[in-house]
Amino acid sequence: MRTTHNTTSTSYALWLGFAIVLVLAPWVFTSNLSLTMLSQMGIAIIACLSYNLLLGQGGMLSFGHAVYTGLGSYLTIHALNAVGKGELPIPVVLLPLVGGVAGLAFAVLLGFVTTRKSGTAFSMITLGLAELVFAMSLMFSEFFGGEAGVSGNRVVGQGLWGITFGPQRQVYYLIAVYTFVSVGLLYAFTQTPLGRILNAVRDNPERVEFIGYNTQQVRYRAFIIAGFFAGIAGGLGALNFEIVTAEVVGTGRSGAYLLFTFLGGATFFFGPILGGILMVLAFVLLSEITKAWLLYLGLVFLFMVIYAPGGLAGLIMANVRVAKAGALRQLLPIYAGMALTCLLMLAGAGALVEMIYHQQLNSSIGAQLPFAGMVLDTQDSATWFVCLAMAALGFVGFEWLRQRFVPLWAQVQTDISHQLQRDAS
Amino acid sequence: MTRPISLRLHGVHKQFGNTAIIRGLDLEVFSGERVAIIGPNGAGKSTMFNLISGRFAPSSGEIYLNGQRIDGRKPFEINRLGLSRSFQITNIFPKLSVFENLRCAVLWSLGHRYSFWSFLGNLKDANDLAQEWMTRIHLNAKRDVLATNLTYAEQRALEIGITMAGGANVVLLDEPTAGMSNSETERFIELIKDVTQGKTLLTVEHDMGVVFGLADKIAVLVYGEIIAYDTPDKIRANPRVQEAYLGSMEEQGH
Amino acid sequence: MEFFLISMLNGLSYGLLLFMLSSGLTLIFSMMGVLNFAHASFYMLGAYVAYTLAGVIGFWPALILAPILTGAAGALFESQVLRKVHKHGHVSELLVTFGLSYIVLELVQLLWVRVAVEFNPPAVLQGPVFTLINHAEQGLFLVTGAGGTVCSAIDSAVRVICTPFPATRAFIMATALAMVISLWWVLTRSRAGLVIQAALTHPETVETLGHNVPRIFMLVFAMGTGLAALAGVIGGFTFITEPAMAATVGSVVFVVVVVGGMGSLSGAFLASLLIGIIQTFAVAIDYSFLQLLEDAGLASTVYMQNNSFAKLTVSQVAPILPYLFLVLILIFRPRGLLGKRET
Repeated sequence: MRTTHNTTSTSYALWLGFAIVLVLAPWVFTSNLSLTMLSQMGIAIIACLSYNLLLGQGGMLSFGHAVYTGLGSYLTIHALNAVGKGELPIPVVLLPLVGGVAGLAFAVLLGFVTTRKSGTAFSMITLGLAELVFAMSLMFSEFFGGEAGVSGNRVVGQGLWGITFGPQRQVYYLIAVYTFVSVGLLYAFTQTPLGRILNAVRDNPERVEFIGYNTQQVRYRAFIIAGFFAGIAGGLGALNFEIVTAEVVGTGRSGAYLLFTFLGGATFFFGPILGGILMVLAFVLLSEITKAWLLYLGLVFLFMVIYAPGGLAGLIMANVRVAKAGALRQLLPIYAGMALTCLLMLAGAGALVEMIYHQQLNSSIGAQLPFAGMVLDTQDSATWFVCLAMAALGFVGFEWLRQRFVPLWAQVQTDISHQLQRDAS
Repeated sequence: MTRPISLRLHGVHKQFGNTAIIRGLDLEVFSGERVAIIGPNGAGKSTMFNLISGRFAPSSGEIYLNGQRIDGRKPFEINRLGLSRSFQITNIFPKLSVFENLRCAVLWSLGHRYSFWSFLGNLKDANDLAQEWMTRIHLNAKRDVLATNLTYAEQRALEIGITMAGGANVVLLDEPTAGMSNSETERFIELIKDVTQGKTLLTVEHDMGVVFGLADKIAVLVYGEIIAYDTPDKIRANPRVQEAYLGSMEEQGH
Repeated sequence: MEFFLISMLNGLSYGLLLFMLSSGLTLIFSMMGVLNFAHASFYMLGAYVAYTLAGVIGFWPALILAPILTGAAGALFESQVLRKVHKHGHVSELLVTFGLSYIVLELVQLLWVRVAVEFNPPAVLQGPVFTLINHAEQGLFLVTGAGGTVCSAIDSAVRVICTPFPATRAFIMATALAMVISLWWVLTRSRAGLVIQAALTHPETVETLGHNVPRIFMLVFAMGTGLAALAGVIGGFTFITEPAMAATVGSVVFVVVVVGGMGSLSGAFLASLLIGIIQTFAVAIDYSFLQLLEDAGLASTVYMQNNSFAKLTVSQVAPILPYLFLVLILIFRPRGLLGKRET
């Protein structure tokens, strides 16, 4: 895991800044929707960071991480109901730990079989187990609650100092505390022997065996730790939504963890934090804007895998490096060009997509479709033509610029490394 | 007083499918000896190393390390018993820095195992040992450089460092000077002599100058069998060896 | 008896359909080391394309054209996208096909509708190809086509059980068998097939012999996805054509490939038939552990009678059976039924 060389004071500043952001966020974004999203973001951050322990740090591509977050959710909501009935004397603040323990237990159980293999076979096992658990969720309705799921009430027991967790704000701060602690612990893990050897296993699993380590044991232990934090995220989710349905263990959820952790950036520690934030923004906001949001997501994902496998974090850090060397100015014009052509392409393609959906579903309402402040006439072939032209032009322009960007970027990189060598000598 | 035997091979065979690569190896290496394995291409030298280090299991036969049987065991088990190997094709951790590479190599032998409750920065023994090895292989200046950004010779040095840093007493070096120029080779051999003092060393080599300068004994491997195992002078005079292999020696001006 | 026969045939047809899918996946994996996560997406694409084409040019031309078009789309994807990430390793390739699966799903829902479409088999394939009739008086016999008056006659004195075997299912079997034979012939008997077989294990060597290995890769990818599309066409009108069809069949196909042994065509064949048959039988068996106890004459406790595990019928458990196999195989025989041992 590439960690930039921070001095201790920079580290303290970063963590303090992170804490301040967590505390002050609800005061800046005050609407109910914002508070809901902030709560979900905290959960998503923990989930994606736990996922990246496998992907970015261990080189293990899992298609079934939702099993551990989901089972954590289920066990937590059952525990919550038990607390409500007075059977379980655990304060609500500690219930996410129940989720964590559940995630850990299932990771111990299932992880042994899963980590026996590596690479593609590992991915297939995680997929199979995910399908198994999801299929089971439809079979055992006592535990999984059938179609309606399991609901609970987080306002139980005696409130402490007036904190009942009824209001969303109180839930947010609970999540914020867990998020801060989890992020801290997960970062600490990267600085331990197991964390470093896990990176070595990612880079060269064969060599690790020749320096005395059993790679399967390394992976298994990492898997268990990831399961623990996944369970915590699940537990927080159960408290937040007060209902758990079968989709929390579904392959769609697992796919989302993969997609957004990768988009955020798997090669830097803070990448999954960005990924978690993006995930909530996409699911809550983007899905409202357009029905085809998964299509756009898939296309962006594909683009990133090919051209920017370090994700958003990778792009940011690469440009920070360029900026530090004073070379960012050279790239700004071409960046602006790429942004404009991208916007053009998006406008044209987006309009086309919306028009197609409009024709599919709302043709009874009429041919007019509101889009980005304008009104499009889906009956008018000129509109279609213009949109198609915009999209095509934008695409061609972007690709043209991108091909000019590649050698320019390479030149900048060479210049920087020469400069570093000169500074070193 | 008999010297202890560090490594013993007895009747080792290895078949891949229907092809027999190793056709019966018998070898005894005393503690502290330096043995060079030479032989034509395809003789099975790398396979022999793979068998000893646990990458493959032999089809039949036994291998003993310090008296303990190690054939069929996994590489990490064998490594924990005190045997370490380097690779012909550089096999390091590309995305870790030089220092991190070496630190990883020492963690198990220092007993840190799968610890996730201690910070690497606080492990004085690991950090000191990694630092010591970094100095010994002359890569101090490149401490924080990612291993993938090193030059070829530097990567080979790191390869040796990773192999040795764990403190193994029996070391297998597979063509350590492969791909190096003459001057690089000379310096590298000095490095190897320095870091392997007191250890039992087996090395596969093609460069006869290196072999005759470094080795106490030479084993000649041809078609999966050792046709001669003796001191360098006796090997040079051995007619079987000359017939099978050392014609090329004359070409190299020895 | 007839239940067994017809279920066996149904199971075989489902298994052969699975093999049509898993064979393409195995070929692609063997050659390129890429597990095509979007393989089932091509299955779905084949069904939808055939559905549209059938309305325009008729069913039988669509049956031929749809797999070809879809295979061409696969070739396009391989050459334009997959090839670009080849140098980044298998994880990137898997991720790229993963992304493609999302894109294809959304495109299908965009260009067609989000609900199932009515993709019907042609007239000649509608109805049963034969019917097994278990007549109380005349015994067990077979008639071609539907049972006819014998089955519809309502005579309480004479018990008649008619079990039809749908023509669509028979068509699956016929097509799959034809595919197996042509695949075997192409791979082992034709020159192109020999080159492909060589490229399966030693692509660099084949390249040094002067063959255009990238083009071979593209061809194999097109073949694999074309096969998936063919399976999709047939599966589409036999079962259902809907956006969820990729997900439902996709995961079973991955199980088949792992259980059979990754990279082994014969393993995929065996696993496909096994899973197809067991799945088909399981779905039809309404028997639970509790009933087993009762039939065996053993008393069951009240706990047993209320226990959801014991009350589960085999048919309720059927959906998880493939995944159960996966886990068991991975515990007891990780290389799969016929997979090669990893050196």
